Amino acid sequence: MDRECNVLEGMPAPRSRHFVDALDLSPEEYQQLFTLAEEIMADPAAFSSSCSGKLMATLFYEPSTRTRLSFEAAMLRLGGRVITVADPRTSSVAKGETLADTIRTVGGYADLIVLRHPKEGAAVLAALYSPVPLINGGDGAREHPTQTLTDLCTILTYKGRLEGLTVATCGDLKYGRTVHSLIKALARYPGTRLILISPEELRLPEQVKEEVLALREDVELCGTTRMEEGLAEADVLYMTRIQKERFFNEEDYLRLRDFYVLTPERLRLARDDLIVMHPLPRVTEIVPEVDGDKRAVYFQQARLGMFVRMALIARLLGVA
Amino acid sequence: MLKVDRIQVGIVLDHIRAGSALRIFEELGLAGREYPVALLMNVPSTKLGTKDIIKVSGALDLDLTKLALLDPGITVNYIEGGEVVRKVKPGLPERVVGLIRCKNPRCITSTESHAPSIFTLVDRKAKRYRCFYCGEHVTV
Repeated sequence: MDRECNVLEGMPAPRSRHFVDALDLSPEEYQQLFTLAEEIMADPAAFSSSCSGKLMATLFYEPSTRTRLSFEAAMLRLGGRVITVADPRTSSVAKGETLADTIRTVGGYADLIVLRHPKEGAAVLAALYSPVPLINGGDGAREHPTQTLTDLCTILTYKGRLEGLTVATCGDLKYGRTVHSLIKALARYPGTRLILISPEELRLPEQVKEEVLALREDVELCGTTRMEEGLAEADVLYMTRIQKERFFNEEDYLRLRDFYVLTPERLRLARDDLIVMHPLPRVTEIVPEVDGDKRAVYFQQARLGMFVRMALIARLLGVA
Repeated sequence: MLKVDRIQVGIVLDHIRAGSALRIFEELGLAGREYPVALLMNVPSTKLGTKDIIKVSGALDLDLTKLALLDPGITVNYIEGGEVVRKVKPGLPERVVGLIRCKNPRCITSTESHAPSIFTLVDRKAKRYRCFYCGEHVTV
């Protein structure tokens, strides 16, 4: 989590630990957080005043329900308090304030900052200026590392391991930041096979693929446009939404929106021990009839996300 | 024909693409220096037809890391006692601050214009750099 903050002359030396990229944490550090999250789940009362007297600021420059509420619920359950900007139109951003200035100002008020921003690399920039630990709550199509924490925690909970898994990711692999972060984190575990299911137009960017292979050369990556091809062999099916907000062109969005729809009929092709995950919100890509299937774990995944964020907050603030 | 005397100690940047010397002069910050600098443009060259040359007298410690990006054909001659003691073809720097602009319209640097552009070399052979912020690759 130690980020390279002194990249520029005149920049302050890093004073805080941040969580900006999924790879800021080593697999060992991930495991420590999962263990802590498990302890919190087992005995929440024991942690209910861990962050007493601490203040977390959530700066959300892009709409969010789950991530923001999950962070705020996490902090409140740890006994801390929260200040928030959920609509940048009501903040100094509307007056033209730079992100760097906002971060330095808010860093003077709060002990921890969670930032979501529509621009790629916003959290990297913010971490350069933040005097307190900064967590990336999603920056454009680039990274969403706490979703990765949530996803790995869910896989570990339901599959009992993170090594040797075949994970099929389906949907928008081009702009889907959750997928980018997840597959990079998974690539560090031996025996990972990644099946990339997407329309031609939304294939995983080549440079993300290169980054994955640079982490581990023997990661098996196979791409397909057919959902059925990946379903039969997968241990994990990771569905994603085609994100309207990432398209410059409405026509393209409408054409691709319903490209993949997971139905009970399609799920019959899958193994009994498959788990179906989704970072949510879901739109049309999983029909509601799938929700009752024991393999659908996406709502439990969202709940686990809160506990693992509690672990992350506690660790970054040095209280657990 | 213009004639500029030999320098005794310093650096001569030779084989600069004709017309590029002014930009290099600026990027190296030579304007604010105290030592003598000669900037020669459109000098006849057997190899290039015409070329630019920059002679910097009395300095051997210039930061030349950006040179390969500005003009990969440049030769750096280090002069001591009036003689060339070392010739160097500058390589691509590992990190570039403030010279390359990110072309990704979704990059934070597209709206936070004060943020210094920072690129790190990912593939020397392919001359590929990666934006420190958004991760976008550019070929120089």
